[in-house]
Amino acid sequence: MPTFRVLDQEGKLVDKNREEPDISDEEVLRLYKDMVSVSIMDLIMFDAQRQGRISFYMVSAGEEGIAVGSASSLNPRDPIFAQYRETGIFQYRGFTLDDFMAQLFATKDDTGKARNMPVHYGSKKFNVHTISSPLATQIPHASGAAYAMKMQNRQNPTEDPRVVACYFGEGAASEGDFHAALNIAATRGCPVLFICRNNGYAISTPTLEQYRGDGIASRGVGYGIDTVRVDGNDILAVREVTKKARDLALKDGGRPVLIEAMSYRVSHHSTSDDSFAYRAKVEVEDWKRRDNPITRLRKWMEGKGLWNEEKEKELRSDLRKQILTAYRKAEKEKKPALSGLMSNVYAEPTEEQIEQMAALRKVIQKYPNEYDVSEFDGGLDGLTFDKK
Amino acid sequence: MAHALRSDDRVLLFGEDVAFGGVFRCSMNLASEFGEARVFNTPLSEQGIVGFAIGAAVEGMRPIAEIQFADYVFPAFDQIVNEAAKIRYRAGSNAGMDCGGMVIRMPAGGVGHGALYHSQSPESLFTHVPGMRVVIPRSPAQAKGLLLASIESPDPVIFMEPKILYRAAVEHVPSEAYTLPLSKAEILKEGKDVTIISYGTPLYTCQSAITAAEKDLKCSIELIDLRTIYPWDRETISKSVNKTGRAIVVHESMVNAGVGAEVAATIQDKCFLRLEAPVQRVAGWSTHPGLGYERFNIPDVTRIYDSIKSVLDY
Repeated sequence: MPTFRVLDQEGKLVDKNREEPDISDEEVLRLYKDMVSVSIMDLIMFDAQRQGRISFYMVSAGEEGIAVGSASSLNPRDPIFAQYRETGIFQYRGFTLDDFMAQLFATKDDTGKARNMPVHYGSKKFNVHTISSPLATQIPHASGAAYAMKMQNRQNPTEDPRVVACYFGEGAASEGDFHAALNIAATRGCPVLFICRNNGYAISTPTLEQYRGDGIASRGVGYGIDTVRVDGNDILAVREVTKKARDLALKDGGRPVLIEAMSYRVSHHSTSDDSFAYRAKVEVEDWKRRDNPITRLRKWMEGKGLWNEEKEKELRSDLRKQILTAYRKAEKEKKPALSGLMSNVYAEPTEEQIEQMAALRKVIQKYPNEYDVSEFDGGLDGLTFDKK
Repeated sequence: MAHALRSDDRVLLFGEDVAFGGVFRCSMNLASEFGEARVFNTPLSEQGIVGFAIGAAVEGMRPIAEIQFADYVFPAFDQIVNEAAKIRYRAGSNAGMDCGGMVIRMPAGGVGHGALYHSQSPESLFTHVPGMRVVIPRSPAQAKGLLLASIESPDPVIFMEPKILYRAAVEHVPSEAYTLPLSKAEILKEGKDVTIISYGTPLYTCQSAITAAEKDLKCSIELIDLRTIYPWDRETISKSVNKTGRAIVVHESMVNAGVGAEVAATIQDKCFLRLEAPVQRVAGWSTHPGLGYERFNIPDVTRIYDSIKSVLDY
């Protein structure tokens, strides 16, 4: 399947005869700043993990364009289900640096109440469901949520119709849940965008060991799903494809669309991975030099006279300062109240849980030197279920 | 289910073969009354059915998903254990991002000739999973009240229907909507010498054994239906055993790490000074439900009678 491109690697229009991309200068600058912000935060937080300041991290290097570009073509009310390498979505939807840091440092301001590993963001405010580690489980959720959208679009015809967007890597697409989700989305006509980030590797496994068909895109056809392959390093192409796919998904009462965005995982899989154990450093350096969504958009902006070296320097130093300020603030924050250990398992605590919380309190009181509760909001007093 | 579909637009019903009425006729006429957008067939994929239900629930619907037999719930185990059960907890203060209102219905238990894959009762696999509620009714009136309560529940529910009772049990069921409380056991018969705790089909076997034992052994036996297997009503059970001093737990599924193990351990913790005999577990043996051996495997009147006799003689 051919790959759709708007810009070439030099940031020039691939098709000189086509119109200029339909995007305002203001929006281009926003997309660019969001990508750069994610990439700088990634560098700082990767190092923070290396210094033991946070327990884990995963960068988006090389894939910032897929997340930011596609998010920019969605309605902010469209629910999103993500895998974990889509930090740019949260950035575009409005996550502040403080929001990111609260989750990464698991502070009292983390909406996930310090229960999830770093990078497992989630936000009711921005309509992004909380990320979970099991791969591909979110794909059938997206089909079901899209069916809910279809019913709600029908029940509230005066409101803007909504679609669901679902992100996953090419490795996750080998899970049974991928098959289940695409098939049910097709048979039930669900308005959902399945967005696959094909970055060439699932941890150490190259795509040659992941599948033998024509990538993920070729599978869409078999499910009866309209499918497109796009250059994931070309944010303007990702943006355009997502916009068209969204319109298509809402046609005739709803249908799924599959987008395969081709890219390259420039970074290690995570902070627990050294990717040079299974791929040559020269291959990575080559990709970094040759192509990257940030430099490609920058070249295009420079060609239009929107950007220059001075602005670049200023943006980078400015973002770096802001990120470090948020970092230092979060580092000093208290952890959430100890109630977070057992609350929210059920809507109301069970009798068994109430008994267990009292038992834990007794143990902590009996052996105070074994448990440091001072770093938790409210100390031992926080170990209680909320009073209704 | 008709009540739920009628009273709440958010309720959906789907699974394999539910549109024509279901292989056990549980959804007869519902597709024609409520339309194929709300009552529909899915492709044959259990992980897809449960994943789809979770997604619909987190966006505000109240899906009732059907798994054709409890024996086939295992492909959806990951979706239930890692996703449905944990969604509210991991969302933290992102209120409302949970899958409350989701009910997974499944026919369960022995049916006389169901062999390995049409007989299982996998409830104890789910009682090890905080976040899920596990409910098993014993009769038509119970089934209706507990199912409507499950659909209203803010927590996801696994609802196991003893399939041997689908046609066997006939009783008066109020035609209007009503609910029965979850996590609340019911004392079916008061007694003072032995407490028998069970749920689903074996309650009927227990009743026959109790009738025989009370006549032969001149004793008085209390029978309790757990109804909700998790989170379960520990208070009612410990109160009863603290009165009688003897306890027997009866269930169809195998004894090893079954519901009986949890109930027995809790009884010894809360009733230790009152116990006059070891807590007995009368349950399926630690084997598979082979076709030709069902009557030797599922607890019968004789085994329950014998257990009553042995706790009284201890």
